[in-house]
Amino acid sequence: MAGLYVHIPFCRRKCHYCNFFSVVTTKYRDAFFDSLLEEIFIRKNYLEGIPVRTIYLGGGTPSFVSPAIIDRILSSIRNYYQLTSDIEITLEANPDDVTISLMQQYRALGINRLSIGVQSFFDDDLQYLNRLHSAERGYQSIAEAKEAGFENISLDLIYGIPTLTNEKWEQNLEKAFSLGIPHISAYSLTVEPKTALDFLIRKKAIPGPQEEQSIEHFQIMQEKMKMHDFLHYEISNFCLEGFYSKHNSMYWTGEHYLGLGPSAHSYDGVSRQWNVGSLVQYIDQIARNDRFYQREELTTIQKFNEYVMVSLRTIWGCDLEKIRREFGVEFSAGSRQSAVPFIESGDMIEKDDVLYLTDKGKLFADGIAASLFVLMSNA
Amino acid sequence: MILHLEDFVLFPYNSYICIVKYIRNFCIIAHIDHGKSTLADRLLEVTHTIAERDYGDQVLDDMDLERERGITIKSHAIQMDFPYQGQNYVLNLIDTPGHVDFSYEVSRAIAACEGALLVIDATQGIQAQTISNLYLAIDHNLTIIPVLNKIDMDNAMIEEVKDQIVDLLGCKHDEIIEASAKMGLGIDRILEDIVNKVPPPTGDPNAPLQGLIFDSVFNSYRGIIAYFRIMNGTIRKGDHVKFVNTGADYHADEIGILRLRPEPRDVIAAGDVGYIISGIKASKEVQVGDTFTHVDRPCDKAIEGFTDVKPMVFAGIYPIDADDYEILRDSLDKLRLNDASLSYEPESSAALGFGFRCGFLGLLHMEIVQERLDREFNMDVITTVPNVSYKVYTTKGEILEVHNPSGLPVITTIDHIEEPYILANIITRSEYVGSIMTLCIGKRGVLKNQVYLTTDRIEITVELPLGEIVFDFYDKLKSISKGYASFDYHISGHQQADLIKLDILLNGDSVDALSTLLHRDNAYEFGRKFCLKLKEYIPRQQYDVAIQAAIGAKIIARETVKAVRKDVTAKCYGGDITRKRKLLEKQKKGKKRMRQIGNVEVPQKAFLAVLKLD
Ligand SMILES: Nc1nc2c(ncn2[C@@H]2O[C@H](COP(=O)(O)OP(=O)(O)OP(=O)(O)O)[C@@H](O)[C@H]2O)c(=O)[nH]1
Ligand code: SF4
Ligand SMILES: [Mg+2]
Repeated sequence: MAGLYVHIPFCRRKCHYCNFFSVVTTKYRDAFFDSLLEEIFIRKNYLEGIPVRTIYLGGGTPSFVSPAIIDRILSSIRNYYQLTSDIEITLEANPDDVTISLMQQYRALGINRLSIGVQSFFDDDLQYLNRLHSAERGYQSIAEAKEAGFENISLDLIYGIPTLTNEKWEQNLEKAFSLGIPHISAYSLTVEPKTALDFLIRKKAIPGPQEEQSIEHFQIMQEKMKMHDFLHYEISNFCLEGFYSKHNSMYWTGEHYLGLGPSAHSYDGVSRQWNVGSLVQYIDQIARNDRFYQREELTTIQKFNEYVMVSLRTIWGCDLEKIRREFGVEFSAGSRQSAVPFIESGDMIEKDDVLYLTDKGKLFADGIAASLFVLMSNA
Repeated sequence: MILHLEDFVLFPYNSYICIVKYIRNFCIIAHIDHGKSTLADRLLEVTHTIAERDYGDQVLDDMDLERERGITIKSHAIQMDFPYQGQNYVLNLIDTPGHVDFSYEVSRAIAACEGALLVIDATQGIQAQTISNLYLAIDHNLTIIPVLNKIDMDNAMIEEVKDQIVDLLGCKHDEIIEASAKMGLGIDRILEDIVNKVPPPTGDPNAPLQGLIFDSVFNSYRGIIAYFRIMNGTIRKGDHVKFVNTGADYHADEIGILRLRPEPRDVIAAGDVGYIISGIKASKEVQVGDTFTHVDRPCDKAIEGFTDVKPMVFAGIYPIDADDYEILRDSLDKLRLNDASLSYEPESSAALGFGFRCGFLGLLHMEIVQERLDREFNMDVITTVPNVSYKVYTTKGEILEVHNPSGLPVITTIDHIEEPYILANIITRSEYVGSIMTLCIGKRGVLKNQVYLTTDRIEITVELPLGEIVFDFYDKLKSISKGYASFDYHISGHQQADLIKLDILLNGDSVDALSTLLHRDNAYEFGRKFCLKLKEYIPRQQYDVAIQAAIGAKIIARETVKAVRKDVTAKCYGGDITRKRKLLEKQKKGKKRMRQIGNVEVPQKAFLAVLKLD
């Protein structure tokens, strides 16, 4: 099974923390969609006939684009790719775009999952983040999406915002639960370099996130999610049983995926490649039949490191038996050995040949993964 | 090129050698950056020693480190042909470094020459190393040819600097060659003066062989290559030769002359400069300054070699990976072949295990050694806090030379400690004298002398503790004088000092490799800054790391590196995976370059944090 990601790089306004590739101008809109349709065609053989089980329309803000265009994109994909009958098609929507009628139209196009960028149910947090919508709108958008018939809805939340006290964070979670949605993605606010947030914090115009606060939020979240039967299936993702994001899970289980649109990444089991992160170049290079992506072949060691890094973040854990099968016994034995201190410190457990991070260990996922990494000997 | 057969002696193996009267050996000496290597470029080009396609800037600076830093570190010898007035002359040129730390390179080059081009930058005039290098050359009776360089520059002070040169050398105005190494002006006159003024070498090609080793290098393909100047006699390929000091004997498997690349020859005779490869196995069998001769017909005495260099600064060098101790020893042995001023002896540290106490001529030298170990021998090392050497007088009346703060005897057995002092000559413009004096006094300096060289140029002589100047004195001097101060120094003696040992504790354990000896008055401020700097360099780890500075049992400063409480990226989707993996791999590599001391991981650079205090 394979996944298909479509990057729609337009937003109404740029959020301060955002480091995705997206633009606020609509100048290149028509040209872009022509190029995207062209790319859908050009890359029809990338997945080598593996059936597509998930489509993810991300961005940017796909809900900022009319259903007619989404229709053309999906039709073209159906035309050139083989889709499974149980396909999951997700669309990312921002609360300010959501109306019952628009959501109904999306449903009619086959979209069966929504990911709504609520981020917080408090206006001061939304202002800090420079989000366009109000807290009230965020709340309503979920109700409207449900009314339009969507059940499989995911809600994005951000914690560790300086304006977000522990109490407010608990309330955000409670509100999410009360809305009866089955999936929550919750991200720790991260100051990415060269974002507006980075700039404003540096020039001391606004306070930056505090590590201690973010840790407390993480712990509050782990506890609340358990109370409401949400599974912590990836560091930043929670769901009720059966409502995993099938698309994102593909990234974490080593499935192949094709990414379309500027800055989108693809993986075919051998190499990773990424499209140019510039709208003008993307359009231009596709028009001139130039190479619009970069490609990097992965060595065994690199694949191993990626597997460790990604799998440890998930509920499925890092499977030593799979490592032995796919990378060899030195790799599985090495991982087992490197894991010992973390098992002793209570950051990890081993069960039936699988390594899992404990709730406590999840806070150190990166460092622990790096400890299990293998480095190329010549480096 | 015009060749006159009668000027050459024909030897067997169908090769020619030049007879002594057509050889000229000269070096290029100057203050740093006055244009020696650039001048060498022009000489090599005009004499067609380098082909046009090899033209470049400072072609003799062939080490990566030299090219990156734009300075010469090693002397470089190269031979040129110069047809002049119907004769073919062979000119052996040695380009030398200008930085104080490498003056030992200059002194050895001088021993292999009869003449020196003294290059003076017309925009800067006589500077401290102009003088110190000139005196070295005069001591060896070298003929000095003054070259006023950079006359193309707008701010060249041609007449003024000429007056300075006349004062210094007692030469005539018209003996000074006006040149621009950059534009190629004055080059012909320089070559003519070399032929006309520098005397030919005085060796006798028929006397017993007497060759002076002035440099050597380890080459991973060829083994040990030694560079020599033949004083007397003649060496042929295959000859059975021995080194006088070490007593080791070898067959000259290959001999040759030094062109841009080495060129094998069958014969090399008195007066000439060349190289020898002879299957020498152990580095210690080759000593720079040693004499070699024939086993069958030895010379009766060795040539007077070089005076031993006295290291100014000492620091421990330890392998990052404790298992690499033997490899480090081997690397140091090989590096020493090419850096006779490097000295080392084994030592051990409670924190770092086995390593070497190394003596350096200065901090730049220390930095270059560390870099060369890394680049040429792939040897990643930790260099510990540098210090000068102290004389410790014990209550029992013994005198100990201590090169390492942790080598200090227990305090109750110390009667007193003496530290080395230097006399520093600083040449600057009068407007900077005030701030330079303030700097010197802050470093416990005492003004000894002050001479006006011209109305606005002044030479001051200051006595200072060596320990105060090795770290940041030179940088500070440069910045307060906006570059208009040059500096040279020599050891003047020892004086009693109120020194104390400052220890650094990481999570309560004293780390010997971070200890320093310093003057009591500086201890508090130093301790505070040192802790702050270490805090910056020691990464956050699983536990809090307490950094403390202590004098004996008394803690005088403290900083804490907070434990990592969270180390996880929020997002890890398709587009993040590669980037994140690379980041974590890089972090992991960085960790490999750290040393575990107790439960604290200390990065390489933290050991030199002391050099980065402001
Ligand atoms: N304008 C001008 N610049 C020159 C001249 N000669 C050298 N330079 C410049 O001066 C700088 C130093 O030149 P080098 O030849 O490296 O000086 P050096 O004396 O060999 O320096 P060290 O070996 O480090 O002591 C370089 O940037 C040269 O390009 C000249 O005649 N005119
Ligand atoms: S809506 Fe999403 S993609 Fe657009 S600016 Fe905000 S965070 Fe970035
Ligand atoms: Mg030079």
